[in-house]
Amino acid sequence: MTTDLLMPVLVLGAIGCLCGLLLAVAARFLHVFEDPRIEKVTGLLPGANCGGCGYAGCADYAKAIVEKNAPTNLCRPCRAAALLEISALMGVEAKTLEKMVALVLCNGGDVRSRRASMYNGLAECTSADMVSGSGKVCRYGCLGYGNCARICPVNAIRMMPDSNLALVDADRCISCGLCVKACPRKLIRMVPASHHVHILCSNRDRGILTRKACEVGCIACQKCVKACNGQGIHMEGNLAVADYTAPLSPDLVNVCPQKTINQRGTEAAPAAPGEGASA
Amino acid sequence: MTKYLMLLLSAVLVNNFVLNRFLGICPFLGVSKQLPTALGMSGAVIFVLTLGSAVTWAVQTYVLVPLHVDYLQTLVFILVIAAFVQFVELVLKKSAPTLHKSLGIFLPLITTNCAVLGVAVLNIKLNLGFWESVLFGFGGAAGFGLALVLFAGIREKLDRANPPRPFQGTALALVTAGLLSLAFMGFANLVK
Repeated sequence: MTTDLLMPVLVLGAIGCLCGLLLAVAARFLHVFEDPRIEKVTGLLPGANCGGCGYAGCADYAKAIVEKNAPTNLCRPCRAAALLEISALMGVEAKTLEKMVALVLCNGGDVRSRRASMYNGLAECTSADMVSGSGKVCRYGCLGYGNCARICPVNAIRMMPDSNLALVDADRCISCGLCVKACPRKLIRMVPASHHVHILCSNRDRGILTRKACEVGCIACQKCVKACNGQGIHMEGNLAVADYTAPLSPDLVNVCPQKTINQRGTEAAPAAPGEGASA
Repeated sequence: MTKYLMLLLSAVLVNNFVLNRFLGICPFLGVSKQLPTALGMSGAVIFVLTLGSAVTWAVQTYVLVPLHVDYLQTLVFILVIAAFVQFVELVLKKSAPTLHKSLGIFLPLITTNCAVLGVAVLNIKLNLGFWESVLFGFGGAAGFGLALVLFAGIREKLDRANPPRPFQGTALALVTAGLLSLAFMGFANLVK
């Protein structure tokens, strides 16, 4: 009777002790030395694993900082305080970078930009782009199938309900740059967060063609270039492009006859009838 | 030789762990979204199941049976497998860092998986010898890997498709798993 009771206790106890002993010995002899700073730096990094720094996730970047003396300021989402702490830990000077946010350089959603045909394929931008641009007349504009919104690790991009236009929430954006790579039409650009006046068009066609495709496309009238004396805006073919050296003047919004130039961020995004009303 | 081949075939195709015995469903649905992760998981499962069968067979034959406490099977197997996997992880980290990196997070994840306990218990139930147990464990894990990789491939394609809203995500994954299971039923009479 007693053996019946004792035996399982002894067996289980013995096996447990043996396993514990084995693990304890193994942990002692098979210990791999790791710089304790790696763990600390990993803890200070945001942990979003966005890959924006060029390394495979936060832990890998932390390892590179400690072991390969990688610059400490590559992490865009990193808070300023954490950056200082990491730099102090590594004994290097903290160099801050201006916060950059993603910007979709197109304002011609389904309301303002025409579609010539129906597209019934996969609801995904790359596929739509291959099939003659999903029937959209503009060969440069936002396709509206949300590849950028899906890849965003912090859900900072949403597709506006009426226009199917991607809109970046600048406050949420962590500047990882994944959306820039995801857009098959290369519409997304990283711009300084302090700039609020943007030229929201990527159409390089001649004005007459642009006008046929979209109500708010740049027609290369160059009024904005003249208004700012060529400072901050230059022409690339038939498209006015801001070079983001200094913030553009808000007056340019009224200069542009096509309403391509928009002010964003400081106040609510421009609410034209039927489009962007929820922005 | 034929006997071993039959055992292997039966474990991989006929009595597939996931699609026929319904063991290890959790990782089957959890890590089958992308092919590379599915491959990593399969590798880890093959590793743990093969070694786990060997260890549990030895514990059963040399400890539990002679001491007449084989009713402790479940408890002891879990304990032994968990400790063993931890030990192997330590060894790998020291001696084969690349392998450790590729198996990575999957190793500790599957220690308490039902497929691992399932293969250990089945080995005893089917009265298999040592090498048969190891082979059965390997075959079962390879079957699991096969199912996982096939499923991940299908899910990657489905991700790009445009199913009706009620079917999106898990619903479609479960339907697909059911169809895959049905397809594997076709192997039913391959090995008697």
